[in-house]
Amino acid sequence: MSQVIQDKIIDEKLEWSRINSDVIASMQAPRKAYWITFAVCVSMLACAIAAEMYQYKMGLGAAALNNPHMWDMYIATFVFWIGMSHAGTLLSAILHIIHAQWRKPIYRFAEAMTTFSLMTAGFFPMIHLGRVWNLYWVLPYVSDRGIWPNFRSPLVWDAFAISTYLSASALFLFIGLIPDMAILRDHTTGWRKKLYGILCLGWRGDDRQWRNFRRTYMLMACFLIPLAISVHSIVSSDFAMSIMPGWHITTFPPYFVAGALYSGCAAIMTLFVCLRYFFRMEAYMTTNIMEKTCKLTFAIAMVWSYLNLVEFAATWYGHNLYDKELLLQKAYGPYAPIFWAMLFCGSVVPFALCFQKLRRHMPSVFVLSIVLQLGMYLERWMIVAPTLSLAHQPHQWDILWGSVIQWAIVFGSFGWFGILFLIFVKVFPCVSMYEVKELCFHLKHEIEEEELEKKHAQQKAGVRQQSGGTVPSGSAGLEGA
Amino acid sequence: MSLKNVLENFSYFRQDAESGGTHKYEHRFGMAIDLDICTGCNSCSTACYAENNLPVVGKERFEKGQAMHWMRIERYWDEQEFEGDFAEQGAKFMPMLCQQCGAATCEPVCPVAATYHTPDGLNAQVYNRCIGSRFCSNNCPFRVRYFNFWSYYEDSWPEPLNMQLNPDLSVRDKGVMEKCTFCIQRIRVAKDTTQREERPLKDGEFLTACAQACPTNAIVFGDTMDPDSNVSKLWMKHQVQRGPFTHKKEKANEELRGYRVFEELNVDPSIMYLERVRDTEV
Repeated sequence: MSQVIQDKIIDEKLEWSRINSDVIASMQAPRKAYWITFAVCVSMLACAIAAEMYQYKMGLGAAALNNPHMWDMYIATFVFWIGMSHAGTLLSAILHIIHAQWRKPIYRFAEAMTTFSLMTAGFFPMIHLGRVWNLYWVLPYVSDRGIWPNFRSPLVWDAFAISTYLSASALFLFIGLIPDMAILRDHTTGWRKKLYGILCLGWRGDDRQWRNFRRTYMLMACFLIPLAISVHSIVSSDFAMSIMPGWHITTFPPYFVAGALYSGCAAIMTLFVCLRYFFRMEAYMTTNIMEKTCKLTFAIAMVWSYLNLVEFAATWYGHNLYDKELLLQKAYGPYAPIFWAMLFCGSVVPFALCFQKLRRHMPSVFVLSIVLQLGMYLERWMIVAPTLSLAHQPHQWDILWGSVIQWAIVFGSFGWFGILFLIFVKVFPCVSMYEVKELCFHLKHEIEEEELEKKHAQQKAGVRQQSGGTVPSGSAGLEGA
Repeated sequence: MSLKNVLENFSYFRQDAESGGTHKYEHRFGMAIDLDICTGCNSCSTACYAENNLPVVGKERFEKGQAMHWMRIERYWDEQEFEGDFAEQGAKFMPMLCQQCGAATCEPVCPVAATYHTPDGLNAQVYNRCIGSRFCSNNCPFRVRYFNFWSYYEDSWPEPLNMQLNPDLSVRDKGVMEKCTFCIQRIRVAKDTTQREERPLKDGEFLTACAQACPTNAIVFGDTMDPDSNVSKLWMKHQVQRGPFTHKKEKANEELRGYRVFEELNVDPSIMYLERVRDTEV
């Protein structure tokens, strides 16, 4: 019990009205830094739009793709963004059903990140298509010619999985927002009041509504978890279902899910530090929560490293000529710097999270999280590119390092994500007010209980001293507790 | 394919692609390419360009790896030769084209089923259906699928040259995957003729452009289901069989030079290559 006071994740004496006012203040009157960041994001997106327009007109040759490299950075970035989307579900759904209290102040922005990174990821399979305008052929719409998509193709599964996950996670984000919308409706004026009035769906906060709300939220959480796992497993089958060396690997689904959670947690750390600093959320996004996030990230990093080793060992002892040669080429060939950088960023750097001083030092956490994300981006690149470069047919071996158009679109995707996120934090609360209140309430009770118990124990000890040390065995057990 | 059909004929639909799958073949066109006779003259490739409206992409795009040679001559050198002076012994040539695999890896991965198996044993590519996801090319071990990265037609056939285009097949625009079809337009003509004259297809009645153009007859084309065709005789002579890869062949016999590329991947290629006989020990 004393653990509660020691690692207090938030100050339980936070006034409820202060929570309201702090969060509402974070949503109002953007400062200069906000507009500068916004402008940067818009210009990044503009680069991508220009590049995409050129590519749309000229064909994919503009992206310098070539025969062995039919896929390249677009698919690597697609996997990266899909991966990013998993941390929101981890925080809001998985940690919700296992009652991890510390997720409460930070899950909202993580969930927003989930939705927005999915919205970013969804663009990449479209951008990389040769004939974007026929995109809808992937969907099983009813055609009078009786033509269906090929249900055996992992790309069709992708289309289903991503659209399901996107709609489910957006719905989950919205459901979680309802009580907060009601708070905002009561505290704002003008267009905001109108907007929140519609979005809170007539929330009054009576018992029946809370009961239904809890039930719905739990249901969505339970629905979202298998969905999140399956989405990245299906993305991994884009590779694992092929016969290419380095892609046709049994451990790919768990490997992808671990990598997804990993990069997602790293992204949460980055956004955590940014929000804490820019919105002055020190009271909510405390160092103790950061510590817990860091520990979680470290654990996932170790899972990811382990699955990496499994993959290498399976390849090495499998004695498949193509697979083994590709692994050697990754380690010693032209991709070696990227391969070792990936392993360093992904498996060695997280050990820095073992030090408490670093975990509690926000600037170093920020730098670490960026390095981890870089490592994870390189991982995706290392999955896509080397297999295409050095596959079965030696005549078609070739190395490709992206191109200006590809870089512009990848770069712009970060701008697009940034725009969505920046709009979100000003229109919707990035900290869940009602859950923080709940957290404070529970914490207060836990501390009170603990104090009561202490008092009780002291009284017992006093009784024991008076009665000359003869205590019934029942109360001895109580003391021990 | 209704659900009832699937349930009633479940074991039929469960047949794996490696052992023939559910296809009912009328023909299974195949080739035998003798690497010993091949001189690497590139006439097959040239004929293919002329027959199939392949765009000439130019030096710059060729170097980028965006060429459209459905039939390409691959050159290989032995490693020790590569180090030293390989000009003396020269390169080894390998004409590489779509292997029209019986269990093609390109087929199941296409999201819109633009590539499928025909009753002639070919992997057909439906240009109009292709949306250009390029998974088929990524999953092809031979890397013989070519993507229209640009609108090549815009500059490949300047004014009078467009008159040389083959009217029997289309010119492809950007964003579409294409590959060797075993000159499907010739297959169509031949099949139509035989249907009209009510007789079976004769061996050698038509040839693919590459087989027709080969000056040394290194490429033999025909129906591997017809036991009397030249290609079947060659396959039998070298004890190469359709279906999954087996190690039944007696390796000691030097007369048996036949093999199929990446046979061990069980993709069941339709093209048998005959090994080159070397003058010197390697």
